[in-house]
Amino acid sequence: MTALTQHAPVLLIAIPLLGAFGVPLIGKLGRGARNTFVGLIALLTAAFAGLLAASVFGAAGAPSLYVLGGNGFGVPLPSGMSIPIRIILETDGMSAFMALITALITLTGAFFSFSYWKDRSGGTLYYSLLMLLTAGIFGMELTGDMFNFFVFLEVTSIAACGLIGFRVWLKTSQEAGFKVMALYTLSGLFVLLAVGLLYGQYGGLNIAYLASALTGSTIDVVALGLLLAGLALKAGAVPLHMWAPDAYGEAPAPMSAVLVANSQASLYGLFRILFTLFGLTISVAALGWILIVLALLTIFVGVTMALIQNDIKRLIAYGAVSQIGYMLLGVGVGLAVSVAKPDYGFVAMQGGIFHMFNDAACIGLLFLASGVIVRATGTRDLNQMGGLAHSMKWTSVLFLIGAFALAGVPPFNGFASKFLIYEASFKLSPFLAVVAVLSSILLLAVFVKVFQAAFLGARRDGLPAEVPIGMMVPMVALALVVIVFGLFPGFFVDKIVTPAANALWYGRDAYIGLVLGGG
Amino acid sequence: MNIGNLPFVVAALLVAFGIYTFLYKRNLIKLVIGVSLVETGVNLFLVALGYRTAGIAPIYTFAPAAKQMVLPTPQALTLTSIVIGLATTALLLSFAVFIHRHYGTLDVRKVKELRG
Repeated sequence: MTALTQHAPVLLIAIPLLGAFGVPLIGKLGRGARNTFVGLIALLTAAFAGLLAASVFGAAGAPSLYVLGGNGFGVPLPSGMSIPIRIILETDGMSAFMALITALITLTGAFFSFSYWKDRSGGTLYYSLLMLLTAGIFGMELTGDMFNFFVFLEVTSIAACGLIGFRVWLKTSQEAGFKVMALYTLSGLFVLLAVGLLYGQYGGLNIAYLASALTGSTIDVVALGLLLAGLALKAGAVPLHMWAPDAYGEAPAPMSAVLVANSQASLYGLFRILFTLFGLTISVAALGWILIVLALLTIFVGVTMALIQNDIKRLIAYGAVSQIGYMLLGVGVGLAVSVAKPDYGFVAMQGGIFHMFNDAACIGLLFLASGVIVRATGTRDLNQMGGLAHSMKWTSVLFLIGAFALAGVPPFNGFASKFLIYEASFKLSPFLAVVAVLSSILLLAVFVKVFQAAFLGARRDGLPAEVPIGMMVPMVALALVVIVFGLFPGFFVDKIVTPAANALWYGRDAYIGLVLGGG
Repeated sequence: MNIGNLPFVVAALLVAFGIYTFLYKRNLIKLVIGVSLVETGVNLFLVALGYRTAGIAPIYTFAPAAKQMVLPTPQALTLTSIVIGLATTALLLSFAVFIHRHYGTLDVRKVKELRG
């Protein structure tokens, strides 16, 4: 067991990668064999994410190192070597937290798809790309190297755009695929340019080494600007959000949820760069305020755009965009005050980070439910639906749970994290909290409209039957996560969110020392 | 011959041309060319980072003593980046092919089903 736990970081990347290339081969044996294989890979990946999280959170989120190609996988750099060149994976509370999110969403997405994609073509391609995307997301979250981060970023870009556009017979999916791929490529090139600028100055690519060497020169600031632009684009923050509704809206429903997890991985990259790579070498207060402004724009534009949508998937997609704003707001408030480190700054960080998990669960539930609705009614137009609650009682309840959680209604999980964000941002400036609360209320109005349009109304002829058990189980699992995290937020904040927030807020020295100190 | 900072100037120009093309051209193929130009600029920047005047290839076997070598890491980065660039360009162009099949045009002003 210990050996498995020690090797968990690399296995989390290797197993889905093996799955991605194994699926087309196993797919030759038939659909049953392929689905069993995908299910096994997804379960195995989730199990390793659980093991990793258990060991990292068992050690209160202290960073641990995994060295590839060394004499021992846990051995830091040999003494006398001044520039760290080995491939390393470094996991701390924040990475393990993100790995949990990714595991939850990819597992439920894969199992939902078995039933959802049963009688459609292109399944082999679909599962192969899903596995590749999973491997890329885990890679982004676990790597300790800037260039590897770029490579995994591009892996997720290509796999994500494959998933958006692999149904080449759909007109709009091709348009969305082109748009998203072009913007993802540009964002990746910004990141690569920044990596080049950092390498040119310090001659290293290792995050810990770069962090120890950074001086905060003008070139560093330019590199930070490029990283901020590139990763904010990939995370879908306004004003760089124009790809997000297309991507989430045109991808198959379970994959929209995975794409949200992918955006969150970019957000993780941004936080890692701001807190661990740059830390206090730059003017963090100004940067924090930049994040706060981006966050308010994202929240406001996301919600108001959701308000005017008639397409159910696009509407939920804009809801997903607005939630990215809450995460940015929490962490932005934390960053703005991270010199003085007052208590409410830490609370804001906890709220922003906790919201990543909560958003993944409830937006995942909503996207899965939207898949059920679109499949049952054959339309995405809200004006042509109605009365679904008569025949789909469970789906309507699950959708309502997801919508309430997303809008931050107690006792669901969205409330738990949003409350921390409101409380802390109010201390920094009441205006921030007012915008955040008002937008949540608007979001509730939006989802009440959706619920009314899709589920309520008179009984019609030919209403679709309740969904098969294969789609119901993943949705119920996500709904249980939403409810349990909403009912016992204190437990989860203590166990997993605080170590994650600690890793960003206080963990910079430990992160650097682990790689460089042992030499 | 010492070429100084010339490669960096060229790299910056390539990136600038690429971004201009991406922002102001209306044809999908030209957009792909723009993205490709940015990519070439970044690759040139990376290679130029590791260049040493009169340096030799970084291979230790039979290397003449007392000769400066160019840095190997940026070359490895550039190779990786070129491979990734190939994949993204191919994907973009195939999307463009299918867009042309569906919409009958490559003009971005006419490919506008998704908006708002």
